[in-house]
Amino acid sequence: MANDPIHQFQIQKIFPIEVGGMDLSFTNSSLFMVATVAAASAFLILTTSGRGLVPTRLQSVSEMAYEFVAGMLRDAAGSEGMRFFPMVFSLFMFVLVANLFGMFPYFFTVTSHIIVTFALAMLVILTVVFYGFMRNGMGFLKLFVPDGVPAALIPLVTMIEIISFLSRPISLSVRLFANMLAGHITLKVFSGFVVSLSTLGAVGIFGAVLPLGMTVALTALEFLVAFLQAYVFTVLTCMYLNDAIHPSH
Amino acid sequence: MAGETQTGTEVPHDAQADAGFPPFDSTTFASQILWLAITFGVLYWIMKNVAVPRIAGILEDRRDRIAGDIAEANRLKQDTDEAIASYEQALSEARNNAHGIVEETRAKLKAENDVRREKAETELGKKLEAAETHIAGIKTEALSQIGDIAGETTSALVEQLIGKAPTKTDLTKALKSAMN
Repeated sequence: MANDPIHQFQIQKIFPIEVGGMDLSFTNSSLFMVATVAAASAFLILTTSGRGLVPTRLQSVSEMAYEFVAGMLRDAAGSEGMRFFPMVFSLFMFVLVANLFGMFPYFFTVTSHIIVTFALAMLVILTVVFYGFMRNGMGFLKLFVPDGVPAALIPLVTMIEIISFLSRPISLSVRLFANMLAGHITLKVFSGFVVSLSTLGAVGIFGAVLPLGMTVALTALEFLVAFLQAYVFTVLTCMYLNDAIHPSH
Repeated sequence: MAGETQTGTEVPHDAQADAGFPPFDSTTFASQILWLAITFGVLYWIMKNVAVPRIAGILEDRRDRIAGDIAEANRLKQDTDEAIASYEQALSEARNNAHGIVEETRAKLKAENDVRREKAETELGKKLEAAETHIAGIKTEALSQIGDIAGETTSALVEQLIGKAPTKTDLTKALKSAMN
């Protein structure tokens, strides 16, 4: 199945575990989740172990990641939003490292499964809902009734706001999932062309140069997408958290 | 694009493909959610308790250090400014003092010179006076002797002219009338 572009998304059980009829096996996906967490944690902890006043190169990478996310959260949600910083930073690091791991050949891309991205999106939305009600009480519902809207339009606007709020976890998860999935499929298809064409003799090998160049270009694009989607996921998380903190627009 | 050699395995896959595309295969959802919860939970714990406080600490230390250094630099700058100001003040004081000393010295020297000159002038005046007195004495003496000399000369002249010396009384009388 070397050329099947879908094969790379197959879940394979490594340690089958079944509890009460539910399949909770440790799979290749689980393995890469563990690897993602281990790599992200190890990088951040090891590079900062020197606690250098003047950072080493790797330490400044960790600091940049920290300040990047901190700046995003502070800009979007204000200083009160900083209480969510560990969660937002974890999300960013998890998505980023999982996406980048997906760029290695034969590695599994954790974020190419909708259930994973949806679970992360629900974590964000549930945090917004719980914290929103906890902090603002019923005032949180003002989120759905924008100020300065004529009374006649309020039912319509409120409906739209509710629908847009409910679609947030879907758009948040589908955006990440679809980007990773589509990117990897495209990459696989083009690199598949290289292999198929090069079996067709001299002309084929010559013709394979085109998809090869495309594959190289797409790889660069995918690295960009891997970072960009982690950024987009995080920045939207920050904006949604801002709604929980300041529900009246 | 399917490889020819894999037709054997492709059939069961196709049969299984009713479940769909792997990301939509709901039989794997429970496992993925469980392991995501575990791994993300661990990541969150590590971030919250180790990585974030550590990086925040590093950044804060650096910020404090920089702020401290800037404050120290400002303090030193202020010290320098104060030192420059006091130096300039000392310089202007010294200049004033020097000016004063010069004036004082000049006045003192002038006074001394005046005293010396006055003394010298007084002495010169005295000497002049003494010399004038002396000259006057000599002159008087000379004048007094002129009478004698004139008497002797006159007596000698008269004796030559008339062959007989005049008497003392006549001579004195004649001299007196001639000299007045």
